[in-house]
Parts: sequence; C-alpha cells; structure tokens
Amino acid sequence: MKPQSHAFKETAAHAIHDPGLQKALANVRSGFVAKRARARSALPEFDQLCDEARDIKNHTLAHLNLYLEAYETKVREHGGHVHWATDAAEACGIIADICRNQDARTVTKGKSMIGEEIALNDHLERQGFEVFETDLGEYLIQIRGEAPSHIIGPAIHLTRPQIEADFRRVHTGLPADRNLDDATKLVAEARAVLRERFVAADVGITGANLLIAETGTSVIVTNEGNGDLTQTLPRTHIVIASIEKMVPTLEDANTILRILARSATGQDMSTYTTFSTGPKRAGDPDGPDHYHVVLLDNGRSAMLGSQFHDMLRCIRCGACINHCPVYNAVGGHAYGWVYPGPMGAVLTPSLVGIEEAGHLPNASSFCGHCEAVCPMSIPLPKLMRHWREREVDEGRMPLVQRTLFKAWAFLAKRPALYRAASSIGIASLSLLGRRQGRIRALPFASSWTRHRDLPAPQGRTFRDQWRAGRRT
Amino acid sequence: MTARERMLAAIRTGLGVTGSDKIRAATVSARLEQHPSGTVPARAKGSAKSQAALFADMLEGQAATLDWIAREEDVPDAVAGYLRDLNLAARARIGDDEMLSGLPWEQAGALEIVSGPAEPSDTAGITRAEVAAAETGTLFLTSGPGNPTSLNFLPETHIAVIRKSDIVGGYEDAWNRLRERHGQGSLPRNVNLISGPSRTADIEQTMVMGAHGPRRLHVIVVG
Repeated sequence: MKPQSHAFKETAAHAIHDPGLQKALANVRSGFVAKRARARSALPEFDQLCDEARDIKNHTLAHLNLYLEAYETKVREHGGHVHWATDAAEACGIIADICRNQDARTVTKGKSMIGEEIALNDHLERQGFEVFETDLGEYLIQIRGEAPSHIIGPAIHLTRPQIEADFRRVHTGLPADRNLDDATKLVAEARAVLRERFVAADVGITGANLLIAETGTSVIVTNEGNGDLTQTLPRTHIVIASIEKMVPTLEDANTILRILARSATGQDMSTYTTFSTGPKRAGDPDGPDHYHVVLLDNGRSAMLGSQFHDMLRCIRCGACINHCPVYNAVGGHAYGWVYPGPMGAVLTPSLVGIEEAGHLPNASSFCGHCEAVCPMSIPLPKLMRHWREREVDEGRMPLVQRTLFKAWAFLAKRPALYRAASSIGIASLSLLGRRQGRIRALPFASSWTRHRDLPAPQGRTFRDQWRAGRRT
Repeated sequence: MTARERMLAAIRTGLGVTGSDKIRAATVSARLEQHPSGTVPARAKGSAKSQAALFADMLEGQAATLDWIAREEDVPDAVAGYLRDLNLAARARIGDDEMLSGLPWEQAGALEIVSGPAEPSDTAGITRAEVAAAETGTLFLTSGPGNPTSLNFLPETHIAVIRKSDIVGGYEDAWNRLRERHGQGSLPRNVNLISGPSRTADIEQTMVMGAHGPRRLHVIVVG
C-alpha cells in the first residue's frame, strides 16, 4: 500500500472522535494486554527466554549473509527454490512470474505483513490473478478495501455490526433473512465461503514467522489453520519472507516460539505452528508439487549496523502496539502504512523514508511501556529519539519549535539570565492561574490548552529551594 | 550483479565485514552442527508420568478433549464411541500409518474407515502424532503417506492418536526424536505442531472455534 503517514495528525485527530473505532480499541486493552500478563506470569523462565531470544537474533544478524546462504542450500537440497528480491517491485515480479509459469488463475493467501508491505495483492490483481485472503481478519479488510490496523489483529478496528453489513453486501446468493447476529455465525459463513477458495486455488502464498538455516524450513504461526490449507492444497506454495526472519537452528526456533505467542495473544503456544521444508516428497499423497521462497530485503540490509540495527530483532508479536497509549487512542490506520504503534514508528521511517513518516516517531509520550514489554529488548523509545534527532539535524523541525528550543538552549547556558527569564515566566503564569489554580487558555500555546488545563505554578522553584538548603 | 549478490554484499557492508568470511563461517557451521539448546522450562523436565498429566492439562486448557486407552486394538472402539457420543457421522479417513492401518477397524461396528488424503466432503480425519511435547500440550504430526497433512486440517473433526511413550517434555526432546528418524538437518515436507482445535478471535476478540481447520480436536493416548 502507498504510505499515508504524512497525514498522521489529521487521521489521528479524526480517529479520536470515531466512536465505533474507540469501542473496537477497548477490546485491545481488555484482550491482548491482560492475556499477555497472565501467560508471562505462568512461565517462570519467560524473562530468561527473552534474553536468550535477543542473543539469538543478535548472533544471527551478525552472521546474516552466511545463515542466508546455509538456508538456501538446505531449501535446494529438499527440492525447493530460493529467490532474492532487493525491493518490493522485484518481489512482486518474481511472484507474478511463478504464478504465470504455473498457469495459475486463483491464489489464496495466508496472513503476511510482508505481503502488505510490498502491496502484493494489488500487483497480482493487476496481472489478472484472483487473490483471496484467508485469515479471517485479512479477509474482512480485503472485502472492505482497507489496510490492516494491527499486525496480529488486522481487523481489530471493526465492530460486529460492521462485519455483518459487509457480509450481507459481499456474500450475495445467500438468503437475505439469514441470522448473523453473533461472531460464531459470522465465522461459520466465512468458513463456508473460503472453503471453496482453498479447494480451487492454484497457488498458495504464506508469510513466515521464522526461517531456519539448519533445515531450510519456513515456519508460520496461526490459530485458524488457514495458512495450512493455503499451503497444502494448491500445486504451488510460495513463501514470502524478509531476511531478518532467519534463525540458525530448531532449538533457536523453540526459544523464540516460547515467547512469541505469549507476547502476542497471551497463548502458551499458537494452535498451529507449521514447519514447511520443500515441496511434497516422493510418495506423499498431498502437499504442493512446487515450493518457492522469496527472500526480501526492501531496506533491511541498510538498517544493519545503523542506529536502527536493533529493530531487526523484531518478531512482530505486537506487544508494543497493544501496550501503547497512543495506539490505543488512535488505532492503526492513523499511522498510514503497514506497521503501527511503536514498532511502526521506528520501522516505517526506515522503510519508506523520514520525509513521509516524520510524524510517527513524534507520536509517542515516551512512557517506555513498549520497551518494557518487548520480548526482544528493542529500545524503542531510544530508536524513536534517533529519528527525532535526525529530524532536527536535517532541519525538518517546524520553525516555531526550532526557534523555541534554540531560545531555551540559549537561556539554559546562562544561569543568571535563565533565572530572570523564568521568574518573569512564573510570575505571569501565577497571575494567569491565580483564581482557579490552573490555566484554561494560554496565549501562544492554545493548541496545548485546548485539550487540557495547565496547572499554575505552586510554591517556590526548585532552584530557590535548593539555595535555601532543602536538599532532600 | 544479481539481486542475490547485491543483497549479500549489502549485508556485509552493513555489518562492516571485509575480506574472508572463514572465521565467521566456522562459527556458523559449529552452531548448525551442535544446535545448542536454550533454557528449557522446568515444567518440561519432570517424570514421564508428570509429563503425561501436563500434556493432558495443557491440551484441555486449549479446548481439546482426551481419552486414555490401554491397548492399540481398542483405538477403533474409542473412535466409534467418540463419534457416536457427539452424534457425528460414523465415518473417518486415515493414511497408511504403520499403527493406524493395522488396527481391527472392522470390530468397531458401523464405523466406516477410508484411506488416503482428505477430500472436502470428509467429516473426520484420524492421524497419529509421531511425538508430542507436554510443555504446551503440542502434537508433532509429520507429513507423508502415513499421515497426510490434509487430514489434520480439512475435516471438521480431527482425531489424533499418540502412544503414551511418545509424549516427551519439551520441544527439544521432540525435535531430537525427529532428528533420529529423519536425520539431522532434514525434515519431512511438513511438521505440524498442533495444540488445539482451530479458532479465531478476529471479530471483537471473541473466541470462536472452527475458523478454517477442525472445530474439534480429540486426542487418544494409547498405553
């Protein structure tokens, strides 16, 4: 999808006043957050496993070219093909070519954030293929023509009545008076509709949560089983994966799987964790005849060794998103691209450019919750700060802010002047807020006071107290 | 330069690697050969008896049902009884698994057993798990003529059979079993780790069973 991150301020302001969205976002807080906390406390080794998972990814990234080559060798040994794509256009081209070579007409897809990143569906549809998303959440947003609003719950912004209306609109040919008044009935209808797609598909495309160098294996994690029907029934299985999904061994996969679902949905283990290695073997009665892996760079190699290197450890669990007060207020669409929340605020500028996504690293209260819950110990606030620093260095900060910060820096280096200026400021604020103890409207800062009051200064300043000897 | 060469070169540049990869390659080879284990949760290290109990607890916590039987030849009756109790069609499909295909299915009355990969019209599939990890109640099912992958996903009812002696503690134990059988660095087309029936919470985070895969998972432990 084409990034719309530049419009963050407008879309976020709109989202805050969308009652349907606000109702849907309440489910994030009551669902994912509470379940993660329970799953973590039920596994005493959780924090230790997180440290080990961080070390595994650091080790893998430090040897990434070699692990990719080892992985490629193993995939080939098992009869699969490996394709390398430096960017979205190359990846889409490779996948369309495979579909064409198979004389494919219909394609089913498991959930893949990389697929969203490279706008794969648009490309395949333009080339004349029919593409069906099969993860329920992805299917819901596909029939609405929307982007995902969360990396593990793509349709988390929708309410049940909206979904019912969409099904009545799209599933023509079913009785108009059928009852769709609860989630169970909606799921049953989607199951029946998509079942036909699974059986008819020529090509199945899945993403990968992990790639394993030891065995040449791609791993997907699902609860619905859609990924398995997607990759088992068609003649051809294509895996699209970015290069940082690599881990060395099955044991390393164990460590990451032990923290992935717990951090994401709060399950001890996802219902289906599927290890796929090559096409079906001689004598296998089912499975695909052809197995292709497309390894995507799309900006990752440029992050290696940069200030944003640590972001490549991300396993896309979504814990930072679920715990983010900004995400919980504005939802995922406000972020304007594939990756929302704190991980998106770091990753999106890396992948689409700071010119497009400059608002995102500023959309943070720096409460630090994201870093605290990140199972891969990614210092998300620090990485957002790096983007803010670049914004200043490159002169992208608005003139008013730049001038104010410069003025503050000038005063902060001159204690006598600072004291004089701040006592004038404090006196003015005290005067403004003398009646109610707070200030309702502040001249020159109306956009701040429009949404909250500023408390009036109370008592003496820190510097005064320090001088008076109250050093406790 | 091919895309492959460009990507590998960009990675080396990003990492600041110049010259020979000999030392780094030795590190990588050693890791792949030795596949060192990380921390294994303490709960996965108990006695065989405690692992079987943990396996059952975890699976039941994920909305699967369990049945314990003493002898392999009782599997057909257990399957027939399960289907009858839930008012499900007395019909199921198996692969040519060494244990399942040799069972006295004809003893189980009206139960009809067919063989081969799943058809969309199948109502129940029976597969045997090669091994299972108790730590999260996870079955390891391997693809092949014995247990076609489609049987685990296409029918509405999935019945998995496992020998009690094939229940191990942690994932590491399970992978080592598979390494013994398939060789190190080699896996069948699919290893399906299954920890319950299919589900989704994509509609308002309401849990609904039977999203695309089986609505119910019934595990028969033998031994």
